[in-house]
Amino acid sequence: MTDWWSYRPSDFLLFSPTTYWRLFELENAAVWPLPLVTLLAGLAVLGFTFRPPTWSGRPLALLFGLAWAWVGWSFLWQRYAPINWAAGYVAPLFALQALIFVWIAAAGAGCRLGTRFTLSALPGSLLLGYAVILHPLTALLAGRPLAGAEIVGIAPDPTAIATVGLALLMPPGVERWLLLIVPSLWLSASAVTLLTLSTWEGWIPIAVLGLTLLTVRRSPAA
Amino acid sequence: MKVDRRQLLLGALGLAAVRPRSEGAHAQTAHEVLRRIPSTGQAIPAIGLGSWITFNVGDDPLLRGASAEVIAAFVEEGGGMIDCSPMYGSSQGTIGYGLQRLGYPSSVFSAEKVWTNATGDGPGQIAETLDEWGVRRFDLLQVHNLVAWEGHLETLFAMKAEGKLGYVGVTTSHGRRHDLLERIMQRYPIDFIQLTYNVLDRDPEARLLPLAQERGIGVIVNRPFQGGALTRRLRNERLPAFAGDLGAESWAQVILKHLLSHPAVTVVIPATTQVAHLRENKRAAHGSLPDPTLRDRIVEEIRSL
Ligand SMILES: NC(=O)c1ccc[n+]([C@@H]2O[C@H](COP(=O)([O-])OP(=O)(O)OC[C@H]3O[C@@H](n4cnc5c(N)ncnc54)[C@H](OP(=O)(O)O)[C@@H]3O)[C@@H](O)[C@H]2O)c1
Repeated sequence: MTDWWSYRPSDFLLFSPTTYWRLFELENAAVWPLPLVTLLAGLAVLGFTFRPPTWSGRPLALLFGLAWAWVGWSFLWQRYAPINWAAGYVAPLFALQALIFVWIAAAGAGCRLGTRFTLSALPGSLLLGYAVILHPLTALLAGRPLAGAEIVGIAPDPTAIATVGLALLMPPGVERWLLLIVPSLWLSASAVTLLTLSTWEGWIPIAVLGLTLLTVRRSPAA
Repeated sequence: MKVDRRQLLLGALGLAAVRPRSEGAHAQTAHEVLRRIPSTGQAIPAIGLGSWITFNVGDDPLLRGASAEVIAAFVEEGGGMIDCSPMYGSSQGTIGYGLQRLGYPSSVFSAEKVWTNATGDGPGQIAETLDEWGVRRFDLLQVHNLVAWEGHLETLFAMKAEGKLGYVGVTTSHGRRHDLLERIMQRYPIDFIQLTYNVLDRDPEARLLPLAQERGIGVIVNRPFQGGALTRRLRNERLPAFAGDLGAESWAQVILKHLLSHPAVTVVIPATTQVAHLRENKRAAHGSLPDPTLRDRIVEEIRSL
């Protein structure tokens, strides 16, 4: 009989914090200058949220779909899975998220955001802004080189946070719920991983999930 | 890979030279103490090298290079057992890389594991593991965490009978499944067991270590530092005076000497990412080892901190 109750998350931890953070440095260098491109795209998306053009729903959905497909393939499958075999099982979920975005673009009007900035859009905008601009700077805050910054569209955490932000900017409904599932699962897994690695960054996905929960509970039903 | 002749000679010297130096401590040679594998009498350095977490660095060239340096220092210090498992991510490939850079030194004793629920997948997994290391034969294969142990043991005994494997073993850790381990030790002609044993986790002392001695089974000790928690906890604590009598320069060495002084222990396999720690750990097997009274004092001292 295996005493499953005696296992802790740390028993499943396969790598050290150094190895984990180095992944981002290696990935940025390997795909350079793509991180610059995705960062600029992220800033453009952020600009859209304040005054979204009527045609932006579909391009937004396709852009995010592309980001999820790329992060799942390039980061999870190619870079992360060699040190954490569990990442190989998670990568298909990233593909699924990409498909959800494509479906939303094909079957509906894409990610439609409110045309005027209102107070209820604040949590979504904050998360999107944080993911694009501030999250990469956590590397510096933690004393790591900026070359290892986690950039939206390259690294999974800021991509998931930006997606949650985008979903919160959308009107409540099935599409929003669908878009929230995979990012929330990823952020939960990321929190467990980072806290097991004993790094304070683990509290970031927890804070994001908390804010998301509060926001969706306060949103009026569809 | 086999321990070479020079080491066999050192082993003979080391084993012959055990005599008390001062009260509470047993003196040994200036060289690392070598142990005998009970089932064959083959000599093996008492301090081996683990690879869980520390060598799982993927294809990061910087960290791979650093791991290769640790392996090179290990070989320079006399080599011995390097322990790995298919469970450890890319660690197998890292070890293969390190060994290739050194031209596959004969002083390395390769210890691997089979870790799959399906017995039928065992041989395929072993073949992949051989590829990762870049070797044709393992010195030791162990059933990892007793997963599907009956079927895998059959495979391993057959490989050993055909000369495709040196030794057969089983592993556990964190004090898990000791009852089953005991039953296997009683019934099967295994060469090694691997288990967790350290100053704070001393369960094996009651039954498993005496049984290993009685049955002539080698003992590999994992998690000597509780995965690093123990050395971290003791980092700022002053070394007790008796450390000097033992020739121990650090808590890590006191902990390793405590383990090495148990007569049933064959090899201790601390893992490290640092060349300095590797050398420090290797040095723990030089000089004196504590006698039973001092062993108890070490445990009391660390428990009280
Ligand atoms: N079921 C199984 O079969 C099983 C289970 C557990 C372990 N094992 C095997 O046993 C090996 C050892 O166990 P483990 O790696 O879990 O834990 P461990 O050897 O008790 O601890 C490793 C940690 O100790 C630190 N350390 C090493 N030497 C040190 C020194 N001289 N001073 C201060 N800190 C030092 C290392 O940090 P630095 O990198 O900073 O040196 C590393 O983080 C494993 O690597 C694995 O091969 C097998």
